[in-house]
Formats: sequence, C-alpha cells, structure tokens
Amino acid sequence: MAVNVVMPQMGESIFEGTVTKWLKKPGDKIERDEPLFEISTDKVDAEIPAPAAGVLKEIKVEAGQTVAVQTVVAIIEAAGSAAATGDAPVAPAPAAASDETPAALPGGKGKAAAAPAPVKAAAKVEAKPAPAAAPAIAAAPAAAASRPAASGDGQRIHSSPLVRRLARENNVDLAPLAGTGSGAGGRISKKDILSVISSGAARPAAAGTPVSAGPSAGAAAVPRERIYFGRYDVAPMSVMRQKIAEHMVASKRTSPHVYSIEEADMTRIAQLRARVKEEFEKRHETKLTFMPFFLSAAVEALRAFPVVNSSVDGNSLVMHREINLGIAVALEAGLIVPVVKGADEKNFLGLQRAVNDLAERARTKKLKPEEVQDSTFSITNPGSVGGLMGLAVINQPNVAILGIGAIQKRPVVVNDAIGIRSMVYLTLSYDHRAVDGAIAHQFMLKVKSSLENWEEEIL
Amino acid sequence: MPQTTYLEAIRQALDEEMARDASVVLLGEDIGVYGGAFGATQGLLARYGWERVLDTPISETAIVGAAIGMSYTGLRPVAEMQFMDFIGCCFDQLTNFAAKSHYRWDAPVPIVVRGPSGGGVHGGPFHSANPEMVFVHTPGLKVVCPATAYDAKGLLKSAIRDNNPVLFFEHKFLYRRIKEDLPAGDYAVPLGKAAVRREGRHLTIVSYAAMLHASLEAAGQLAGEGIEAEVVDLRTLLPLDRETILTSVRKTNRLLVVHEDTRTGGIAGEIAALVCGEAFDDLDGPIVRVTAPDTPVPSSPPLEEAFLPNAARIAEAARRLAQA
Repeated sequence: MAVNVVMPQMGESIFEGTVTKWLKKPGDKIERDEPLFEISTDKVDAEIPAPAAGVLKEIKVEAGQTVAVQTVVAIIEAAGSAAATGDAPVAPAPAAASDETPAALPGGKGKAAAAPAPVKAAAKVEAKPAPAAAPAIAAAPAAAASRPAASGDGQRIHSSPLVRRLARENNVDLAPLAGTGSGAGGRISKKDILSVISSGAARPAAAGTPVSAGPSAGAAAVPRERIYFGRYDVAPMSVMRQKIAEHMVASKRTSPHVYSIEEADMTRIAQLRARVKEEFEKRHETKLTFMPFFLSAAVEALRAFPVVNSSVDGNSLVMHREINLGIAVALEAGLIVPVVKGADEKNFLGLQRAVNDLAERARTKKLKPEEVQDSTFSITNPGSVGGLMGLAVINQPNVAILGIGAIQKRPVVVNDAIGIRSMVYLTLSYDHRAVDGAIAHQFMLKVKSSLENWEEEIL
Repeated sequence: MPQTTYLEAIRQALDEEMARDASVVLLGEDIGVYGGAFGATQGLLARYGWERVLDTPISETAIVGAAIGMSYTGLRPVAEMQFMDFIGCCFDQLTNFAAKSHYRWDAPVPIVVRGPSGGGVHGGPFHSANPEMVFVHTPGLKVVCPATAYDAKGLLKSAIRDNNPVLFFEHKFLYRRIKEDLPAGDYAVPLGKAAVRREGRHLTIVSYAAMLHASLEAAGQLAGEGIEAEVVDLRTLLPLDRETILTSVRKTNRLLVVHEDTRTGGIAGEIAALVCGEAFDDLDGPIVRVTAPDTPVPSSPPLEEAFLPNAARIAEAARRLAQA
C-alpha cells in the first residue's frame, strides 16, 4: 500500500516549507520514524521522520523546492499491513515544536483526563516534541480538512453532510471538534459548526489554510464538575458578555500576542492642560481630557509605521489607508469599542469632541452599529480607573492595541537629577503575524516622543 | 353559512363539475338511489338523472373498464370505489391500460377513480387500506391525497378537468371530522403542488391526508418545547412536488416523513432517496420515517390504535431527530 508523505505544518502561521535535503534515495528501505528528509520553514528547520515503514518509492519534490504544507513530497510503498489508512495523506509528526508555537493551549495543562477532545488533539501536534512518541499520523489541520470524514488518527468524525459542507466552505477543521458535538453521541451538528464559524475561527477560503478550531468561548478549561463546589450562585452571561467572551477567545486564538511597554513623561502636557482647561471648556463647550493627546500621538506613530494600522487576511496584509481609532469604553456591565473614523483628518478639537461624543453615547446606549465598526487600530485606557498599566487583547481585525495607564507623579531621573514628573505607562499588544518587535518598539518610541515633545496649541 | 365538511366538499365538487360540464358522468356501486356508501353523491341522481349517475353491479373491474371505454367516447367519467381497498381488482385496467393508453395509442383517458381509503374507523383489513403507492409506482397515472376540505374540493375539480387518469384517495377518517369555510365561487387546486402548512426552522415534517393533521398536532406540541417544525402537505403523491420538499429541507436541514401507509415501499422511502440525492449536503441528521408497520390494518381497535401513527409518536420521533 502506498503512503503519501506530505510537507508538515510546522506551526499555526506556516503555509509552506522548503525541502532542504533528502536523507534517503528512491529504492531505499526505511523504518517508520527514521529521518527521511530535512525542511526549512519561516519558523523552524527540522528533520522529518518517515510516517511508515517500507521502501521509498518516489520523491516528488526535490531538495531546494518550496511547496505548500500538505503537498505530497514523496511516496512510501509501505511494508505489510501498515497502520496507516488507505491512500490518505500522512503528515509526519513534527520533529520539534516551534518556540513561538504555544505548547500549552488553554486547558492543556496538567493531565486532565476528561479534558475536551480539542485539547487532546491539539496537544498531539503542538506539545509532543518527540517524533518517536508522536502518532504516525499527525492531526494536521489541512489533512483533516481535505478529508474531513476522518480525523487524523483514522477515527471517523461523527458529523453530518451539512456540517462537512459548511466545514469545507468555511475552511474549518473538524478534527479538534470530534466527539464534542451537541448531537447524539457527540456528533458535530449544524449548531456546533455555526458557533465555531461565528466565533471567527474560520478563515475565508482565500487564506488557503484551514484553521484549527479550538474550544468555543464558553468551553471550560476543566471538566464541568470541577467548576461547581462549595457555595455558589450561577448568573447567566448577558449577550454582550457572551460576545466579549467569544471575541476575546477568537482574538487570542487568531493572533499571536506579543507585548511592548514604554513609559512617557506627560508633565508638559499635564501643565498645558491645567493651564488651558477652563478656557478650552468654556470656549468649545466640551471637556478637555488627556485622550486627544494620546489619539494624536497614535495617529503620528501609525503614519510612521503603517503596518501597525493593518489587518491580516491569510497571506495578505491589508494596509488600511484610513486611520480609524477604536476607543474602548467601559460600561456598567461590559465594554464597547466605538470608532473615531478618519482620526488622521481631525484636529485636536475634532478628536476631543469625537471621543467625548462617542463615550457619552456608548454609556447611554445611543451608538449606531456603524459607529462600532471599521476600526483600524484601538486604544484602551485602564488608567481611567486608576490602573497602572494593562496588557489588552487585540480588537480584531486590528493587529495592535495601545493601552494607557494612569498618569501619576513619580520620581524620575532628569538630567542626572531626580525630578517629580507626571508619568504614564503605555503598552502595545500586537499581532506577531503582522508586526515584529523592532517595529512595535519604534512605534512606541514615536508615541512617547510625540507626547513628550508636544508643541501644538490646543485652544 | 355552516362550515363545509371534507365529505360535503367532495359532493360539491362533483355537483359543480357536473353542472359545468355535461360530459362529466358518475358511476359506482350504490351511488345513485342510495347516494353512495358515505353519501358523497347524495342528491346527484335527482339532479342529473340516471344517464349521468350510474348504479353499477358489484364489479370494480367492470366499473373502471367501463369508465375507460366511456372516456374514449368523449365523456369524463368519475368512478367511485366504495372502499379504495377494492381498487386492487382494477390493477390491470389501471396500470396496463389506462396508464399506457395515451403513451401507446395517443388516446387520453380522462377518468377519475375516487373513493375512501385509510384507517382509524375500525374498518378492519378490507376497509382501511392505503393502497396509493402501487399506483404512485405507475407512470401515466396521477395520485392525489387531499387533507383538507378546501383541497378535497379544489383538487377533485382539477382531477376531473385533467386529461390523465387520476386516482383520488379520500381519507374516510377525515370525511366528517374536518370542516372549514369554503369560498363561494368556483376554484381549483392545481395537481402536483405541495403546501407548507406550518413554518418552522428546526426540522421538516412531510406528510399527507390524515397524517397531516397528526403532524400538525405534533408540531403544536413541539412548539411548546422550543422545537419549530415545518409541516409540508404533499397533497399530490404523483407527480411529487420535489421543489417544495427540497426547499424546506434546505431550510431546516432535518427531515421526518410521516405516512399512514405501511413502511416498505411507502412514499417516505422515495422522498428519502430524493433528498439524499438532491440535498445531501444540506442534511444535518438522518432522515426519519414514522409509518404504519408492515402488516394489514388490524380489526381489533387496540391493535389498530397501535398500528396507526399518531401525534405522540410523531412528536417523539421529531424530538429525537431535532437532538440527533
């Protein structure tokens, strides 16, 4: 029986790999898990073990060629009754997990024998570094999606024709959902897959790479019975709470978050604000806050580093020409992010008015749907409730979010003397798919510099 | 104006079609002087005379054979089977002759063979059968099974006006139980068009005749449990309204077919094959049937009750399907 050897997926964001060296020639005998070829991807170089024992029949991708993951690179004529099933593509187990691939998924810690299947399935790929111990057939998302009737380990996934069609159309991998459906015996039903799709786990077909769907937003990291102990009350989540949960889980699952922290001296701005506040508010009949200073600094930095003002679509970066700033507004029981559209075209007063107006209408529930859409970058302000700093979750489809801490007077070194300055901690959570550390830190330094060197008259 | 029963709707259709078209004639056992075993032809002999309302000997073969011959002469005969169980006697006349006449000799056979079918009235194995499927399997015939008084009248009019042989299966359980206000004027219900009797989104129940009412009752129960069943009334089994069935299944993704006829070879199997072939990718659960078992209709009332599908059994199957 012929077993296909495919280019393995060496991490969530990897779409292709280069065969760098073949360790066997056609005709060579090979043992299962014996090193077969070497690859190089954007994230990792690795030695790939043979998925089955037998004879290397054909090499289809020569050394030096780059191919998409799941492409058949060789065929092994398997010896005797191999454990593999049919002519299904068999992805060798990754030799080592990339260091930027999260090894522990939510709930994947510990032994949790009763943990939901997605965790177990994912752990097979992500957390087991030893190829010899890994199953011969990795539960690689693409393999499962192209042949969704069976999971990677050859077991049938109980779903329905409709579910399989929706999975195909939305590029959802059913393997991680196996056995967790709401239908009889854990069968995946329409309801289950629609909730996965609406949670944003699926990507448009253009991306070309199926995305493994993790546990749904409401899924617990431990067996349910371990949640209920002692004395407790159970409060159902509001719709807004559920949506927030869904968006947060989807964002963390979609974007590899990295964080950058900076500190800015706000003394100059604080003095300016104290000086003109009364006159400003009298003249313009709107409150003068620190927010427009930060918005203005963010606009400057986004102009300088446009990739921070982008979105990720599969293998494309969508570089937004507008700068629309989402402003997180805390509500009594939740959170909403209205958007200052065209922030780069507004002057200081325009930004202040927009922020005050949106925040006020957010709290009085008078926002229009289009006013919470189309943000290109977001700002959150944990400082407004006194928070020193906060590391936010990215507001999808943005690739970064700026966190503003509380402005506090702190002793700092100024010209080799200790001075008392109004300081603020700024954080940037950014999507490492789109933004690298160097850019992120330069972006933050630009924000800092705009704030510290504020020149503009604001009256 | 009092509401019109299903039975009276049939009588009105016969009356109005005879008044409209002098070529419409009736023949059958005890349909004239006696007015029919159930009264479907009451008063028509007095109104249209013995030449148009013919009492015949007790021979279903002769009745249908004569009706076919009369149709060749330009008449539009409506033959009554006292019970549709006896239509088996006419199998050869209907399947070998009436169904093929137009195909083979370009000679249409515009006859209607109508009569009561179905159980629920303790009629026993010879007066309760649902013999429609034998004829649904016969190209060249049309098979109609109305569930409401409005349809009984409108579909019978269309059947009489149709140039093909039409078998019209009335359900005797509905004769006096189902009534509604009917429009005053002339109207017809087209053959081959199903009707969505109740809108829903969680599953589709396809049924016809008496089982439509059991299905609607079940859907009412299910609605109280948060399961919204869409209920489709086939009205005509041949030709089958495939589009309405498929449209509903594409909407709800789950299908339950209910019929009083026995299971093997029932229309549910045909519909299941249709949906698997045309809408497989829209199915989110197995196609389920609720039907009578493969036995004759029992004489014993408790056994007949166990034999016939009912709202409780339909609701139970729907619940399981909705969660499957």
